Amino acid sequence: MEQMTQVTHRYLRTKKKFPSVWCSGCGIGIVFGAIIRAVDNLKLGKDQIAMVSGIGCSSRMPVYADFNTLHTTHGRALAFATGVKLAKPELHVIVITGDGDGLAIGGNHFIHSARRNIGITTILLNNNTYAMTGGQYSPCTPFDKFGTTAPFGNVERSFDPCDLAKGSGAVFVARGTTYHVIQLQKLVEKAIMKRGFSLVEVVCHCSTIYGRLNREGTAVKMMEWQRDHAVSIQAAQRMSPEKLRDKFLTGVLWDIEFPEYCEEYEKVIKRAQGKVNL
Amino acid sequence: MEEKIKQKEQLLLQGNVACARGALAAGLDFFAGYPITPSTEIAEYLARHLPKYGGKFIQMEDEIASMAAVIGASIAGAKAMTATSGPGFSLMQENIGYAYMAEVPSVVVNVQRGGPSTGLPTKVSQSDTMQARWGTHGDYNSITLAPSSVRECFDLTVRAMNLAEKYRTPVVVLMDEVLGHMREKVTLPQPDEIKVINRWKPTVPPEWYQHFEINPHYVSPMAIFGEGYRFNVTGLTHDPLGFPTARSKEIKDKLDKLRNKIEHNVNDIVQVKEEFMEDATCAIFAYGSAARSARQAIRMARQKRIKVGLIQPFTVWPFPEVYMEHMSERLDMILVVELNQGQLVNEVMRTNCGKTRIRKLNRYDGEIITPDEIFHKLREVR
Ligand SMILES: Cc1ncc(C[n+]2csc(CCOP(=O)(O)OP(=O)(O)O)c2C)c(N)n1
Ligand code: SF4
Ligand SMILES: [Mg+2]
Repeated sequence: MEQMTQVTHRYLRTKKKFPSVWCSGCGIGIVFGAIIRAVDNLKLGKDQIAMVSGIGCSSRMPVYADFNTLHTTHGRALAFATGVKLAKPELHVIVITGDGDGLAIGGNHFIHSARRNIGITTILLNNNTYAMTGGQYSPCTPFDKFGTTAPFGNVERSFDPCDLAKGSGAVFVARGTTYHVIQLQKLVEKAIMKRGFSLVEVVCHCSTIYGRLNREGTAVKMMEWQRDHAVSIQAAQRMSPEKLRDKFLTGVLWDIEFPEYCEEYEKVIKRAQGKVNL
Repeated sequence: MEEKIKQKEQLLLQGNVACARGALAAGLDFFAGYPITPSTEIAEYLARHLPKYGGKFIQMEDEIASMAAVIGASIAGAKAMTATSGPGFSLMQENIGYAYMAEVPSVVVNVQRGGPSTGLPTKVSQSDTMQARWGTHGDYNSITLAPSSVRECFDLTVRAMNLAEKYRTPVVVLMDEVLGHMREKVTLPQPDEIKVINRWKPTVPPEWYQHFEINPHYVSPMAIFGEGYRFNVTGLTHDPLGFPTARSKEIKDKLDKLRNKIEHNVNDIVQVKEEFMEDATCAIFAYGSAARSARQAIRMARQKRIKVGLIQPFTVWPFPEVYMEHMSERLDMILVVELNQGQLVNEVMRTNCGKTRIRKLNRYDGEIITPDEIFHKLREVR
């Protein structure tokens, strides 16, 4: 544990930017730690990483990270990141987004970034709510659950971000949780190393807002719920549909090969310069 | 610099193409856009020609994303631009505001058409003049340039790219449907005749670097991603390091900086073109395609011995305030001609402070104003 903390500290803007805005017990810090350890384990230089986010509790992450960091407008992180990546393809571009940021206001950028298969690693922190603005229902609030703008229960269906990414053309899709931290780190590592658009959805607890509105208990209780309801995709293959009914899948859910956008654009440049016959 | 495009010969060029070629001549590296009449030819030209010079073109999913990609590319070191028309310009406002706040060099070309809303896709208008000044929320100062000929589309796009780099700010080029689509005979300047300005880079070691340093120039050196500086950029009001702040002094310093970098440099930024003004007792104030008709109307008036001249602001924003104050004292009358219901005329009146007579002539039915119309109005109000 102490070793883990030491690694984390090397990547934080400790002198400049603490304490953080996050509540104690929030899951976002756990995701942040997993990303840092993934970067450290992959031995990527800090200068080689651009961390780009939108607006929300989760999207505050880059401000604390000692990388090239870009905290953009609500929902637009992937569009900004597209410019960064295309202008400097050698950077590892990691987008941090929330369920509201990435799938409501930013839903169009999400599907088109996946379709383009641009080499961006997207980490979507799904806390089932608009936490920063106080708990309004989001595109990932489950049916029947509560939000401050769904005081009588949510009557909209929720997105499955992984299915959405897969359907839009992402080449790598995975789901982790804030309970399974070691698995999460591994998933982030794989996502960063994947050529093309990758998504890691993190089931991330928010006890202050979502937990309280839905009587889900403390942060620990919410993480225990994750422990009891997450099933790895491998284990799921041996389980009956009956047993899987109230569970959700974790691990690498989708992993295919398709040409990456920036690499394809390099070919466009060669064609335009007449170095390749059309 | 390697010669980007052969520019010696006389060419028959469309305004949109001249704009795109101006951007290339100024060192454009990146273009992101979304198709919209009457600006599309700029994107089409750059999709074909930008990659020849190793630049990148991308068609985004909408104009919000286009402006976002332009900003991202600029922070990663590219000279970046987008082009659109009214409906897209409205969508871009959110991230244009981000570019003001985060001080990101970027150029936005708006080939205006009639509005509001979808308006008149194929008809001329100058009704986004105030939007170019106040389009996004908050306090900020805008640089907006308005060409009136094909050659000026080229020159002012070069200048817009240069000013964006020099002052770390978005710069708007306000064209219009007539300018974008008309063809004129032009000779373009040689590459060695074109002054290209690049952004000011930091020389301090990374530990000392402040991405939003407050200094006497009001413009901070700008590092880019991936070169060891590892700074933070945010649209939240921030301190000189780029970290969100709620301290009133830091908030005020930031907003003062955004204003001062324009206001303290108006002499460098503002350009006004004068014609027939030496002996003029009255003047027509016009910009963009309206200035073309005004020029012809002035020739007609001069034949009738009316001593009228043309004031054509290349910089619509910042408004040429000092110059116009001076003109208000010197002239008996200023006729402001615009293809809208009267936008920049309010600025002319504000700086005039009742010193001389201000008259206006407006057309907003999708047609270009004719020299005859202006000439008759001039005779009437002179
Ligand atoms: C254009 C715009 N609309 C609304 C907001 C207000 N807003 C800030 S954060 C947020 C929701 C964020 O939700 P999510 O992305 O799920 O992040 P979380 O706080 O849950 O981590 C909203 C609606 C904004 N900043 N900008
Ligand atoms: S409101 Fe929720 S998501 Fe936001 S910091 Fe607090 S616990 Fe985390
Ligand atoms: Mg959320």
